[in-house]
Amino acid sequence: MSASIQVELPANLCLLASVRHRVQVSVEGPVTQRAVLDALESAYPMLQGTLRDQTTKLRRPFIRFFACEQDLSHLSPDAALPEEVARGSQPLLVIGAIAGG
Amino acid sequence: MSQVRLLVGTRKGAFILNADGARKQWSVSGPHFAGWEIYHLKGSPVDPNRIYASQSSGWFGQVVQRSDDGGLTWNAVGNQFLYDGDAGTHQWYDGNPHPWEFKRVWHLEPSLTCAETVYAGIEDAALFRSTDAGASWQEFSGLRKHGTGPSWQPGAGGMCLHTILLDPTNPERIYIAISAAGAFRTDDGGKSWKPINRGLHSQYIPDPNAEVGHCVHHISMHPSRPGTLFMQKHWDVMRSDDAGDSWQEISGNLPTDFGFAIDVHAHEPETVYVVPIKSDSEHFPLEGKLRVYRSRSGGNEWEPLTAGLPQSNCYVNVLRDAMAVDSLDSCGVYFGTTGGQVYASADSGDTWEAIVHDLPSVLSVEVQTLA
Repeated sequence: MSASIQVELPANLCLLASVRHRVQVSVEGPVTQRAVLDALESAYPMLQGTLRDQTTKLRRPFIRFFACEQDLSHLSPDAALPEEVARGSQPLLVIGAIAGG
Repeated sequence: MSQVRLLVGTRKGAFILNADGARKQWSVSGPHFAGWEIYHLKGSPVDPNRIYASQSSGWFGQVVQRSDDGGLTWNAVGNQFLYDGDAGTHQWYDGNPHPWEFKRVWHLEPSLTCAETVYAGIEDAALFRSTDAGASWQEFSGLRKHGTGPSWQPGAGGMCLHTILLDPTNPERIYIAISAAGAFRTDDGGKSWKPINRGLHSQYIPDPNAEVGHCVHHISMHPSRPGTLFMQKHWDVMRSDDAGDSWQEISGNLPTDFGFAIDVHAHEPETVYVVPIKSDSEHFPLEGKLRVYRSRSGGNEWEPLTAGLPQSNCYVNVLRDAMAVDSLDSCGVYFGTTGGQVYASADSGDTWEAIVHDLPSVLSVEVQTLA
């Protein structure tokens, strides 16, 4: 059964992917950070390499993942995301860390 | 009537400026890729409507864009730059070994003969090529692995491969330059490479005459004389007449021989342009006067070109890829500044005009001469 996940992207990536602030992706199986990013990159291939390294799949240093008022950036990519995100009632927020101009 | 198209990369997007052959009235489009750093854009000599752009960000990494309609629309292409095999190490600022890590694309050089082929110079220094119009990239690892690679060390701006010169008479010959390793040449299409730094003298390295370690800022060549190269080094303006096998200093009467940009007139192979910068610690023109210097004798004798350029309180820089020449009968010369101005001369540098004043800091300027 697939889950419909909402993801909010920072402005620079909206521009790159030609999408509005919030997109919806379909995830099969457990809703984890890895599964959501896989679905996001599959739907928008131009985002490959912008959120995580293409080889190591590690989060880029200035990318953060927030949801339900929690910082999920340092969780394992295979940890389950909050139930509200999995249900689609809350978005997974992709944030460019505040740094520099 | 002929047209010229300027491709301007800045810290916050790309801009495309168009004019007819008179080069008086300019239209400006952009910012393209607003908010992203555009280190370089360049059009294919085979298909001028095909333009490649290096788009990068400290947050979101590297994207490569391609336009097939002269910059009206763009598509992201491949952005995976994987070093060939075990990447190994180079020297870090502290002298310790540091793993080779991809950071960004500094320069894109489309092939002279094939619109599907484009070269990329990247940081940490390596040369890549795509033969499918940017969809995928493969490294010429013979450059990093020729022997001196582990001793290369980054300059202040990073260890970047920033200059790629393709010999129009010999498809097997390519020149590249790296800060701060020096210049290198292949004569077999990229399989093997050798340093070409004999004659360079750099007092900021332990052995000033070392085979590698020189901070070459930029190299330029006239297509009719591909064995003659002009180099702006960290300090010193240099010339080689034997394809880089040996270099002679041609700084001559320049008021300072530090700088970044250097270029050659489109129709006069002995006419060379530089923009002297005060010093390695003060990256702005001497005395607050923005002056291009031109030599009509292949170096040593230089004349300041000032008409139309600010001659007081000017403290901008002109970066290595931010100067270009068009190939109209009356050669146009262009350069962009870190203050966001792009200056143009339609008369080989005799007079200048700022065609835009307030762009973000300019990283690169290329020009296409369109029929």
